[in-house]
Amino acid sequence: MTTLDTKLLRDLRRIWAQTLAIALVLGCGIMVLVGAQSTQRTLAGTQAAYYERHRFADVFAAMTRAPASVVAAAAEIDGVAQAEGRISLSAVLDIDGLDEPASARILSLPPEGATLNVPLLRRGRMPDPDRPDEVVVNEAFGEANALFPGDRFRGVLNGRLRTLEVTGWVLSPEFIYTIAPGSLMPDNRRYGLVWMNEAAAAAVHDMTGAVNDISLRLARGADERAVIARLDTLLDPFGGTGAYGRDRQMSHSFLDGEMQQLEVMATYMPPIFLIVSAFLVNMVLSRLIAMERAQIGLLKAVGYATREIAWHYLKLAMLIGVIGVLAGWVFGAWIGAAMISLYGDFFKFPFILRDPGWSALVLSAVLGLATAIAGGLRAVWASVRLPPAEAMSPPAPPSFSRGRIDRFLAALRLRQTTTMIFRSILRWPGRAAITLFGVSASVGVLVMSYFMFDAVGLIVDNVFERGNRQQVTLTLTNAAPQSAVQDAMTLPGVRAAEGGFAMPVRLTNGHRDRLSALSAQFAGNDLVRLIDDSGAVVAVPPEGVILPAMLARALDVEPGESLRIEMLAPPREVLQMPVAAVIRQGLGQEAYIAAPALFAAMRVAPQVNQIHLMVAADAMDALNAQVKVTPAVAGLSDWAEVRRQFDATLSENLLTMVGIYTLIGVLIAIGVVYNAARIQLAERSYELASLRVLGFTRGEVAFVLVGEMMLLTLVAIPIGWVLGYWLAVGLVGAMSTDVIQIPLLVTRRTYALAALAVFVASLASVLLVRRRLDKVDLAMALKARD
Amino acid sequence: MAGQGDKQAVFRTEGVTRVYRTGAVEVQALRGVDLALYEHEMVVLLGASGSGKSTLLNILGGLDLPTEGKVFFRDQELTRVSDARLTAFRRDHVGFVFQFYNLVPSLTARENVALVTEIARNPMTPEEALDRVGLKPRMDHFPAELSGGEQQRVAIARAIAKRPDVLLCDEPTGALDSKTGVQVLEALYEVNRDLGTATVLITHNATIRKIAHRVVVLADGRIKSDTVNSARVLPSEVSW
Repeated sequence: MTTLDTKLLRDLRRIWAQTLAIALVLGCGIMVLVGAQSTQRTLAGTQAAYYERHRFADVFAAMTRAPASVVAAAAEIDGVAQAEGRISLSAVLDIDGLDEPASARILSLPPEGATLNVPLLRRGRMPDPDRPDEVVVNEAFGEANALFPGDRFRGVLNGRLRTLEVTGWVLSPEFIYTIAPGSLMPDNRRYGLVWMNEAAAAAVHDMTGAVNDISLRLARGADERAVIARLDTLLDPFGGTGAYGRDRQMSHSFLDGEMQQLEVMATYMPPIFLIVSAFLVNMVLSRLIAMERAQIGLLKAVGYATREIAWHYLKLAMLIGVIGVLAGWVFGAWIGAAMISLYGDFFKFPFILRDPGWSALVLSAVLGLATAIAGGLRAVWASVRLPPAEAMSPPAPPSFSRGRIDRFLAALRLRQTTTMIFRSILRWPGRAAITLFGVSASVGVLVMSYFMFDAVGLIVDNVFERGNRQQVTLTLTNAAPQSAVQDAMTLPGVRAAEGGFAMPVRLTNGHRDRLSALSAQFAGNDLVRLIDDSGAVVAVPPEGVILPAMLARALDVEPGESLRIEMLAPPREVLQMPVAAVIRQGLGQEAYIAAPALFAAMRVAPQVNQIHLMVAADAMDALNAQVKVTPAVAGLSDWAEVRRQFDATLSENLLTMVGIYTLIGVLIAIGVVYNAARIQLAERSYELASLRVLGFTRGEVAFVLVGEMMLLTLVAIPIGWVLGYWLAVGLVGAMSTDVIQIPLLVTRRTYALAALAVFVASLASVLLVRRRLDKVDLAMALKARD
Repeated sequence: MAGQGDKQAVFRTEGVTRVYRTGAVEVQALRGVDLALYEHEMVVLLGASGSGKSTLLNILGGLDLPTEGKVFFRDQELTRVSDARLTAFRRDHVGFVFQFYNLVPSLTARENVALVTEIARNPMTPEEALDRVGLKPRMDHFPAELSGGEQQRVAIARAIAKRPDVLLCDEPTGALDSKTGVQVLEALYEVNRDLGTATVLITHNATIRKIAHRVVVLADGRIKSDTVNSARVLPSEVSW
């Protein structure tokens, strides 16, 4: 190691606190990059391997009833490698220890075992093909209800009460993420998947020799759109509800959405941290070089070339970069592992293929070093060019000019210490700008982070408090006349009842189409209402349909344009209707229509297939018990229970998440303010010590330092609010998926919290430096001017 | 330049002028200096503050360039070479000693010397250089742990470690008391005597002139007098 390198390490040790502050900011950016990317890669790799090993299908379709021979016909479609048919039905289950009825999807298992979407046995054994009452359930459902092999439960299957015996627990690539239809989040206690023998399922559903669900695996290079079109044509006579690819498969699209969000996080957050780090390296290195001006002159005097000296200081910058990168790797790996285990609660994989994300590691190292070098280069270059004789003489005292602003300040008759604050900012506008930028970036990152909670809160508020005020929704097995609503009033504890009707449809505009549902809006309904982003009730016009913005964008239609609506359930009419309005909505992909318009087009009397209820709190048990034995009801959603779970999950994670985001966000402010204050202290210790000699108290002297930093912080906060708002706008665009449209709403509380967190962090950082100011030895400070 | 004709000139300047401009102010630091320095010679450059001594020394050492005039190191014209050649010239031929020592505070005495020996062509070891100035026992101390005189002797060790052709000292005793100042002068005296290094010593302390071979007095940017010292004394015999 050369002597110059020895100096380098000692310099670094001397400025360790500042180095650490920068390395933490840089490390944060790297951590997010590495953590998010390794998590994303791990999920993607695990997903791909799981799909491959358990033969996850590529195309899915459901129909009313088709002869089993349709499977062979589907296998003949050009591009299809394999086809498998099965029977799928929904059921209401009565589980010991669970008051409410659980709902389930029952799937048939071919006698020779499934060849697509192959379930993986985790416990017990598969059902014996000769025992019609034996079933396996998904592992999460079994676990949540303590349904072990050998345990029994009752179910209403196609209107018949049956007792079933659990023989084992399975996982399926089709249900990595399980969510009940119409639900907001997984509920493994109240929604399960049940696999039963094909013969038994056929007997239950009167489907012997028939199927109502088909899965296809495509050959390599097959045209998915063409296959879907052919399959739709094939299934149309059998009541096909529209085939779809993996992109519309619930479990797959949720997992994909999550990975997309990780991708967004990895692209969005790190640049902010890297830019701030580059400025910090620049600031600290400029200061160091200014302080070592005489040493640089000396090195030149004894014959070191400019290039060698520049390289020496650049190495220092790079070392800071290396420390930041290493810290980022360590924390990134840790946060990645934590996220994977967190995802384990929602995504059920049989195994995890950990991917450290090598490319992220390499990319982050390159970015981290480039950041440090970019920050250092300007500082180094500006300084080492000084001719040696000039470098060795002390720098000219900073010139303070009397400009217009100065005259303005004079007119204010400020105290001299206050004037010193303003002069210092005006004299070094570049440094003040870096502090401003850093602190406002900090506020911006916090606003962006907290905004996510605002958005979720708004969605929840709109869904639960405004849009869905019912306590319970019953899903009917078949559509019923409106009189069913009156019948529902006779159920235990029901105080109010409202009907609802939804029809599966395919919406088409030109070559674009989407599978969706058309929801009838009944006039006078008070429990379930159509609500937009702002929380306002949307009036449904007598003609035409209303689309949520994401769906309208996907179909490329605007209000006034015509849309083709193909009903995928009887009477299977094809309508041509104008788009009456497009609304912004947090959740939901449904199209809405006035009930009379829909039933007129269907040429039927008004019907309902959902009933929304208000129920007396003490009557829930009786209602649950009644529903468990009512064949006309296919499922029950307890909205109060869903809300309770949603809030529980949210509050469980909320504090941790807010804590992590706050820590990451304020780190920027700490790094910037601490460094700026340290530099101020170093440069002005002579001046500040002189004030003490003149008789100013420690507090009055500290005011000059603390005041400047806090003034800059106060100015930076509103800039940060604006920055944060624009980051939120970007995030809304990047993170919204077909399923969730994130509403753009930043609450005052978010702005206030972000400002408060940054203000406190800045104050703490500058007070930390103030303690050093108190310790400055007056005599020493006055003797040595540096 | 009486009596020096038989020796070879190390430095020669012809009409060197240096003007500094800071903003609107123009300062004439040198106004046409013609001077020659010879091998083995110890020259004291005397003059009041602002007389141009340091400017002249910086120009001789290749730290600064004249506004007008020529400077030769042996046969090479320093005023016509690139920055890189000037750097090489300093690295290979010149040793500097400054008033405020200019040691690197984060390096020990030995490491401060090593800073130079690592890039010199034919250096002595840091230990040998420190031994010459009597600081071998304290070589692992940091500058902050050394007295002013000791720090200056480290600076001298650093300057001579590369076996320079010329040693340029700018007020080496300026920040020191008489006793430690004498120790520093002794170190310079011995280096000049034992290694034969041509030495230029700037001072405004007239007493020090007695140890030199020749005394050049600068005033107002011009050479006021240039006299050979007939009765040279040892550093231990001077005090102030």
